[in-house]
Amino acid sequence: MSFLTNIINGISLGSVYAIIALGYTMVYGIAKMLNFAHGDIIMVGAYAVFLITSALGFNPLVTVLIAMFLCTFLGITIERIAYKPLRNAGSPLAVLITAIGVSYLLQNLALILFGADAKVFKSVISLPPVKLFGGQITITGETLVTIILCIIIMTALTIFVGKTKAGQAMLAVSEDKGAASLMGINVNATIALTFAIGSALAAVAGVLLCSSYPSLTPYTGSMPGIKAFVAAVFGGIGSIPGAFIGGIILGILETLAKAYISTQLSDAIVFAALIIVLLVKPTGILGKKIMEKV
Amino acid sequence: MKTLINKFNSDKTFKQNTITYAIVIVAYILCQSLILGGVMSNSMKGLLIQFCYYIIMAVSLNLTVGILGELSLGHAGFMCIGAFTGAILYKTLGEVLTFKPLLLLICIVAGALLAGLFGFLIGIPVLRLKGDYLAIVTLAFGEIIKNVCAAVFLGKDSKGFHISLKDQAALNLEDSGEMIIKGPLGITGLSFTVSFTACVILVLITLIIVLNLVNSRTGRAVMAIRDNRIAAEATGINVTKYKMLAFTISAALAGVAGVLYASSLSTLASSSKNFGYNMSIMILVYVVLGGIGNIRGSVIATVILVLLPEKLRFLSNYRMLIYAVVLIAMMLINWSPSARAKRDVLLSKINIFKKKTDEKEVQ
Repeated sequence: MSFLTNIINGISLGSVYAIIALGYTMVYGIAKMLNFAHGDIIMVGAYAVFLITSALGFNPLVTVLIAMFLCTFLGITIERIAYKPLRNAGSPLAVLITAIGVSYLLQNLALILFGADAKVFKSVISLPPVKLFGGQITITGETLVTIILCIIIMTALTIFVGKTKAGQAMLAVSEDKGAASLMGINVNATIALTFAIGSALAAVAGVLLCSSYPSLTPYTGSMPGIKAFVAAVFGGIGSIPGAFIGGIILGILETLAKAYISTQLSDAIVFAALIIVLLVKPTGILGKKIMEKV
Repeated sequence: MKTLINKFNSDKTFKQNTITYAIVIVAYILCQSLILGGVMSNSMKGLLIQFCYYIIMAVSLNLTVGILGELSLGHAGFMCIGAFTGAILYKTLGEVLTFKPLLLLICIVAGALLAGLFGFLIGIPVLRLKGDYLAIVTLAFGEIIKNVCAAVFLGKDSKGFHISLKDQAALNLEDSGEMIIKGPLGITGLSFTVSFTACVILVLITLIIVLNLVNSRTGRAVMAIRDNRIAAEATGINVTKYKMLAFTISAALAGVAGVLYASSLSTLASSSKNFGYNMSIMILVYVVLGGIGNIRGSVIATVILVLLPEKLRFLSNYRMLIYAVVLIAMMLINWSPSARAKRDVLLSKINIFKKKTDEKEVQ
């Protein structure tokens, strides 16, 4: 039974990774950049919720909506100020280093504003735990909400990208910016929209992450950010179902490795799995193979 | 001497390389005279060795990123291997070998060889991938090395070495046995110090290796692969061989930097602070700000960027914030096309000014 509990915890952690990875994969697909600051937006979202609940005591749902709004605004601002001027810089490294700079900036800003000590994050989810098999397995409310929310977000995003005009515009921009702008698509607005969605998802992920693992520091977001990127690559970067599958697999793998092998080595095992997947299938599980043209 | 001067004037790469070496040597002489004059503060003295290992790291990473053209985010992993190899050898050979310079030389050579070996082994799978996939896999390898080094227990007794990934008890050491690596606590009781002079010599050796490699037939092959892999392959360049070569040399040099890093510590423990991806990224920042593919730029940028947070220390918490802002501003000014255009206009104005003065001089 403990195995089943571990699997459920793994799916829950994986769902958080999947939500972050969805944002990562969309931003990567459209801007072709590793947004290292994505993980820190998670941290900002969590701090926003923490401050609003402890200072104003709003309804959790309202709080989360405010945090999402804040992070969306932050994401668009970062894109406009730091990434947009470098879009045609010639080297993809330029924007990568700028993203690292933004990541340092957010972390240190949080360090100055909130201090280095870990804040105890009060869970925003007040659902009672569900007991299965006569109480042998307990699923906490957080776990349940995380998993359900992840599935809802994934479905909504798939429909959004596939059925709406804005979503189609995203696909077009990610395939060919020049051709998309010739077809009358506002490339800048589409990229800004992608960053907005990605950042709002990061805020949700931050709240869910800190509801399950209640210690909040300025560096909370950076490792989940990297893990989520690994998840996105795992599933095939640029693919929405891929990010979902990658996130879940990664979460389960990490939880099982922690439970049965070694806490110290769990990260190493996750990364080793990534390497093996990429060696067998160099574009990830659901990635498309693009032929190289001469 | 005369032929050297002639060569200096006629051979452009020779001239550029000589200037690079000269910068390092002049900086070294300057530092030494400051130390002898008693003007240099203790905190600055502590920084000197840091400059050296970070320069070696930056130059070696530039070989991968700038010359080979592959983004590596796991360079700190090779540094980790070098550091642990050096420290283990120092602990085990320290009692037998009392002649310190020889011991140090063995540590450095072994650190470089083992890091190079790992670079070779990791390069086989990694270099098959491209672009961001390659970057994320190097990051993964770096994290694996860091985590394994933080989890390993190594002890020595009369029967030989014992190794375990679980805990100290699993080693079954004899009572007389000695622990070498204590898992997350790392290697304690290190006391080997490398002199600043030795470090500068290592920096010069690194520069000589990399600069000569870049300007050799091999280096040109590597750069041809960077610029257009398919065209390079079509002209008969063995792509895999040259990629592996550059990656392995880069890893080995990072190993040397690792040994120097270990030598500046009394306790060497692998954590996300020293060998995590943050370290790899920090070195990458030095390389990119110094100019991708520009070895001299890496040296200068490293010195400035190591010095900057230290000099901002009086600002306490605000120093990393300012560092971040400076980093973003420098990237925007250096790389954004619109800022570049403005800079070119500005530079051309200065040039016009120069020309006018030249004309005046002629008159």
